Amino acid sequence: MNVIEVKDVWQIYDNRIVLERLNINIAEGSFVSIVGPSGCGKTTLLRMLMSEEHASRGSILLDGKPLSREPTVDRGVVFQRYSVFPHLTVLGNILLPLELRSSRVCGKFFGARRRSAIEDARTMLEHVGLRAAAPLYPAQLSGGMQQRLALAQALMAKPRVLLLDEPFSALDPGTRADIHVLTKRLWEETKMTIVMVTHDISEAFRLGTRVIVLERPSPDEPGKGARITHDIPVRARQTATPDKLKIA
Amino acid sequence: MRIINLHPGRRGARLLAAAPFVTVVVLYLIASAIRLAANPDDRLLPSIGKMVAAVKLMAFTQDMATGDYLMVSDTLASLQRLGEGLAIAISIAFVVGIAVGMVPYLRRMFVPFIAAFSMVPPLAILPILFIVAGIGEAAKVTLIVIGTAPYMIRDLFMRVEEMPKAQLIKAQTLGASSWQIALRVVVPQMLPRLIDSLRLSLGPAWIYLISAEAIAAQDGLGYRIFLVRRYFAMDIIIPYVLWITLLAFLFDILLRLLQRIAFPWFAGAKSQ
Repeated sequence: MNVIEVKDVWQIYDNRIVLERLNINIAEGSFVSIVGPSGCGKTTLLRMLMSEEHASRGSILLDGKPLSREPTVDRGVVFQRYSVFPHLTVLGNILLPLELRSSRVCGKFFGARRRSAIEDARTMLEHVGLRAAAPLYPAQLSGGMQQRLALAQALMAKPRVLLLDEPFSALDPGTRADIHVLTKRLWEETKMTIVMVTHDISEAFRLGTRVIVLERPSPDEPGKGARITHDIPVRARQTATPDKLKIA
Repeated sequence: MRIINLHPGRRGARLLAAAPFVTVVVLYLIASAIRLAANPDDRLLPSIGKMVAAVKLMAFTQDMATGDYLMVSDTLASLQRLGEGLAIAISIAFVVGIAVGMVPYLRRMFVPFIAAFSMVPPLAILPILFIVAGIGEAAKVTLIVIGTAPYMIRDLFMRVEEMPKAQLIKAQTLGASSWQIALRVVVPQMLPRLIDSLRLSLGPAWIYLISAEAIAAQDGLGYRIFLVRRYFAMDIIIPYVLWITLLAFLFDILLRLLQRIAFPWFAGAKSQ
């Protein structure tokens, strides 16, 4: 079953065609890597998937219905930077999605409700290896830990699809390898659908079940936008996966 | 070595910091001694002793007419006006700045207006304030508000606009409503910046306070300075000016301290 259907999508800025004739069906539970040279419009595509911009032509469906015009809780996101909130501690960042969901007026939990939410948050922190960092602020964390936090925070909202915008490209190679392992594990456990944009081809193949290559036919020609030049199935999702991660 | 690479040591740094202060005091003492030697009744550069006597008279002796300690009652009157003016200005700036910074419709509507309004020289409309609000407290407090609020509003809404867009998108993907984004993401991050804005507004606020007091008041630090000016009472004016400077300096330190204690994340986040 397809979670996302991109149907004949074009994106045109002031007569400059960025993307043309994109058709992508993203199956539930897949991990789709989108690669391409910088400026090919891959981030534009991701921005359209999160409703930060809107397609000039064509449509994008989520579970068969047109995407909402604004970002919503069914599409989680991790950016390269600024993904977590600097004024909240690690624990506060993890609590926030729970608080936003259940406390519509204050956006904050107090008392017993807060204590039980903290339990859930700690489970998640444990799971991504940030238990000891709970009282710290993001500025006190390394880049790799910040991205772990960003992943965990996005997962707490239980999105239908997780969108990753070059999430690991600012990290050094060792840290990147660690977080690849974590990402893969979280993907396997949550059975989530993930769309990741990256310019790192080896990363795309290491993580993805499917790799889509976007390219412009000729970089200087404004009349031609980027299209899908390759769509490579890499591997199928293994079906038997431990379902360790339970979030209230 | 290049001069841009030379750094003083710890003690050197302290000496360097103290040097201009000491120089000014020494220069004053020399000039004062020269003038007083020529004319013991000189009023322009009074000796330290005379200033101490004046402070004793103003701050530690009951005034015969009112029974007040004048310097104390002046200070309280001025601080009350300053506090009220700044409190009102901050409240307006906080609500308007954040609303205008967050909501595109309000931005289109109010940004040009605020930009134009902040160009009005506040002192030029002081007469209008005196006519409309009378020469009581309201006019003086209003002057401080009009003088500082537009700047704080502009500063704040620019800080809101400066927030990484990724943060606002992220908050929406976590399910936050506009109200929740304001409450949990924007407001908490704007509070420490509001303190910065307030620190920068303290200087102008004092200017407007003293101007308003100089023109129409019955008490206050600015009133007193302009009153005793008629008698060339430099022995009172100089300590008053030093006292105002000290107060402004203390507020600045207190605000910085408040920012550090109340928003421990801010320094780290700013440097990132």
